[in-house]
Amino acid sequence: MAALNTLSYVFIGIGLFFNFVGAFGLHRFPDVYTRMHATTKCTTFGSIFLILAVIVQSAGIWAMGGDLRQSIMCIHSILALVALLVTNATGAHAMARAAHRSGEKPARAVVDDLEGKKND
Amino acid sequence: MIDWFPVIIALAVCLIIIMVRVFIGPGAPTRLVAFDTANTIVVTGLVVVGMMFNHVIFIDVAIVYALLSFVMTLYVAKYIQGDKF
Repeated sequence: MAALNTLSYVFIGIGLFFNFVGAFGLHRFPDVYTRMHATTKCTTFGSIFLILAVIVQSAGIWAMGGDLRQSIMCIHSILALVALLVTNATGAHAMARAAHRSGEKPARAVVDDLEGKKND
Repeated sequence: MIDWFPVIIALAVCLIIIMVRVFIGPGAPTRLVAFDTANTIVVTGLVVVGMMFNHVIFIDVAIVYALLSFVMTLYVAKYIQGDKF
């Protein structure tokens, strides 16, 4: 159990670091596309590791002779992780397309290759 | 057993930093990006809260919240890009 606790602390450290990197990148970058680049990748990566810490802890307690609740918690955390992974990437794609079609320009952009392509 | 309470506090601080961008962000797409990030943080926080209080219902709520926030993101993106519904 001590090894699992150490593994969970490492996962929590990585997850919180990347969540804070995403949160500060939302303030440091100049336009919507670079902000999306910062947040959707860093926050997804950090959330993967935080939920992995929960999965490792609940699986450890379940393997140590816990009750049924820990097994349900482990499996449902995996389901939540899968839902988060699928929806974040697709949502980021939809948001980037909506931002470009609403006329949002990249900061300090010289040429826009997608100019005028409305029907892709 | 891990003390999960500082993790919750750190996620709440992260959420406050993101919500500042939701309120001051220039334009609708930036606010949408910030709100989607806040949704991801909320899902993670719900899973951690469920582990902290040892209740499964928080994690089930987190699954449903992730899927519903995805639907919200898609519809607001359709609204921003000017489609007819």
